Amino acid sequence: MKWTKKHLLSIESLSAEEIGIILDNGLSFREVLDRPIKKVPALRGKTVVNLFFEPSTRTLVSFALAEKHLSADSVNVSAKTSSVLKGETLLDTARNIESMKTDMVVIRHSSPGAARFLAERIDSNVINAGDGIHEHPTQALLDLMTIKEHFKDFNGLNIMILGDIAHSRVARSLIWSFNKLGINTTLCAPPTLMPMYIDDVDVNIEYDIDRAIANQDIIYILRMQLERQKSGLFPSLSEYIKYYSLSFERFKRIKERTMIMHPGPINRGVEVDGSVADSSNSLILNQVTNGVAVRMAILYLLNGGKDNE
Amino acid sequence: MNNKSREILADSNAVSTMIEDIAVRISEKTPSLPNTVLIGIIKRGDIIASRISSIIARRTGIGLPVGKIDINLYRDDLSLIDYHPSIEHTSIPFDINSKTVILIDDVFFTGRTIRSALNEIMDFGRPDKIKLFTLINRQSSELPICPDYSALNKKITKNDIINLHLNEIDGREDIEIIKGEN
Repeated sequence: MKWTKKHLLSIESLSAEEIGIILDNGLSFREVLDRPIKKVPALRGKTVVNLFFEPSTRTLVSFALAEKHLSADSVNVSAKTSSVLKGETLLDTARNIESMKTDMVVIRHSSPGAARFLAERIDSNVINAGDGIHEHPTQALLDLMTIKEHFKDFNGLNIMILGDIAHSRVARSLIWSFNKLGINTTLCAPPTLMPMYIDDVDVNIEYDIDRAIANQDIIYILRMQLERQKSGLFPSLSEYIKYYSLSFERFKRIKERTMIMHPGPINRGVEVDGSVADSSNSLILNQVTNGVAVRMAILYLLNGGKDNE
Repeated sequence: MNNKSREILADSNAVSTMIEDIAVRISEKTPSLPNTVLIGIIKRGDIIASRISSIIARRTGIGLPVGKIDINLYRDDLSLIDYHPSIEHTSIPFDINSKTVILIDDVFFTGRTIRSALNEIMDFGRPDKIKLFTLINRQSSELPICPDYSALNKKITKNDIINLHLNEIDGREDIEIIKGEN
């Protein structure tokens, strides 16, 4: 099967076969990161703009490295240093940048649909690096690559997503991808942090973490945004930790079987105990490495076709 | 398709003889076999390289390490072709510095694949020498590159297609020419 998409906007819009192509290429690109010279000439002469309207460390660095490893020229634009502060609209910013003859735009924005909005209006390839609470497709793809690297096959795996699912774009992308790949998905969160869309997807719902963590191949822990404790969605942080943190005591009961994943950054002692995140069951640093490889694959595939749609 | 004719240029036995011929030549003409490594170009050069290594081991008792490379990321036409091909897993699990690298491919045609392979190999280190062995030489080089040895040399024009089939991935073994409209 040939890759035919021009943009990467969501996991929802990808088929299982398309996800498979990205992961297979990602696993091949992973090898480049172990070379003495971590640079291939595939995107020589191409220009990529990383348009980040929200703070980011690992996603931005990961994209920037992926672009450099492919020999593309890249520029980072952040909201704090851009004309957005002077009142320029997203479309004007993007059109002005594109007028400088860029080929690809990686965008992170607080508004759901921002990446699609751009893709429909500019000629460059657009990659969604997170749009509000909508999706974070490249995070899900690096997670899937990490799962594939460890387990080889997706079908029949049991994966639980734990934490603030309602506000998580990572969770939305993961749930879409798990549904497409035949993964048994369990969501575990306080009722106030469980999303409204759960009736539209094939998932198991659990509110009791001690029951939910049994028989999982992976527990995927989401970051608890500390500012949420002021929102009234749970009584206190200490109560959240008591009922929904993957503590060392809970981990001891499952460590023979279950691997741990987290998209970062980690709040140690909040959603997960630090010793659990650092244990040999943790795939967290593999996720970070694979992020560079899978983003290389995405940049390479999207930029390939003259007639991609 | 109707105006294209197919012809088997070499059958399974002939292909085996050609690979054996290359292995014998490498083992007899390479000054320092223990300092030599084989690298095959994916998708068929790597299979041929593994077979050559086995033959040399049988003849000399020396097992040459075998690596494989996918050259697609180094192609000179990536911005011209219709879509970017999927990348296979390159694997050179040994040091190539100061080694003699024997590069293996199935068909030598324009020389552009070999140019890509040379650039890729140089990203892994600095070999003492790189030698090129191919099963077939189509004798149509577009660059100042040619194989050190090919088992079969035959002028084949751009209109014709030549395919090597190997049991490992094709379920058959032969060399086939598909003649185009001339």
